[in-house]
Amino acid sequence: MHAVIPYVTAALLFGLGVYGVLRRRNAILVLMAVELMLNAVNLIFVTADATIRSALVGVQIEAWAQPNGEPHAGSVFALFVIVLAAAEVGVGLAIVLQYYRMRQAVAVDEVALHYEPHPADEQVAS
Amino acid sequence: MTVADALLLALGAIAVGSGFLVVTSVHLVRAGLYLVISLGAIAGLYLVLGAELVAWVQVLVYVGAVVVLLLFAVMLTRAPIGASKDLDRPATPALLIGGGVGLGLTALLADAFRWTIYPQAETGTAERMGEQIFGDWVLPFEVLSILLLAALVGAIVLSRPDLGARRQPPEESPTPEESPTPEESPAPETAEA
Repeated sequence: MHAVIPYVTAALLFGLGVYGVLRRRNAILVLMAVELMLNAVNLIFVTADATIRSALVGVQIEAWAQPNGEPHAGSVFALFVIVLAAAEVGVGLAIVLQYYRMRQAVAVDEVALHYEPHPADEQVAS
Repeated sequence: MTVADALLLALGAIAVGSGFLVVTSVHLVRAGLYLVISLGAIAGLYLVLGAELVAWVQVLVYVGAVVVLLLFAVMLTRAPIGASKDLDRPATPALLIGGGVGLGLTALLADAFRWTIYPQAETGTAERMGEQIFGDWVLPFEVLSILLLAALVGAIVLSRPDLGARRQPPEESPTPEESPTPEESPAPETAEA
């Protein structure tokens, strides 16, 4: 098994994700590109997990590093990253929908980063 | 070139090709459906690499929950059916940085792992993963459950209709239309955790 194939796949997917995050204007498409990047990282984790044992031939592993048998930290971390991605997309979509409710737009390059008082606010204040 | 290599090549080509369509498609809904194909191909890669539980969790959480959530958001933001013209920003910086990152990582990893041939990974079982999670990684697991709770509460608070509502003069009664809130979004993850 050539481990270079999934590694190169993951690298290309990460590049595509970076391209999508920088290229897209729609916030939902930006989130989709972020998902691609997270999947690339997961693929690296799982591939390293599947190949690291045979790559470490002759290396004495400390006893505290694996108290119960085979180490498979890569798969465990891939699971953790999947859960993190799900939490991220939940909160991210809540932000996007709230912004859409306020401004009727989802374009990320039109988000005003400075505070602009709304005329209704000034009416109330005066 | 073994069967595993051929499967890895085919699934990787599917994943990269549909990933390319995700970031270049001009249809919002089609981008979401191409994302389904890409994530499914990555789940197939996990199966070939011997991480069975991760593959099924990927299918359940990503294809089953995250993509459905993204498509719901596409629907709630009233995205147009059909091609949208204003989805993209100028391509040059994105091409430079994205292409640089992708090709640089590809060169690095291909140079590092070019000729090494590994034995076929043995298929992992859920029992082994469970031993790992509840043995070595139990503290990160619990921290992750706290994070999921925080994400749940954060999504609910963000979706409250009174958050960010402009103070209106009292004579014009404000009745902003209520869109459904995604507060049930992290539910599948909490069930999984």
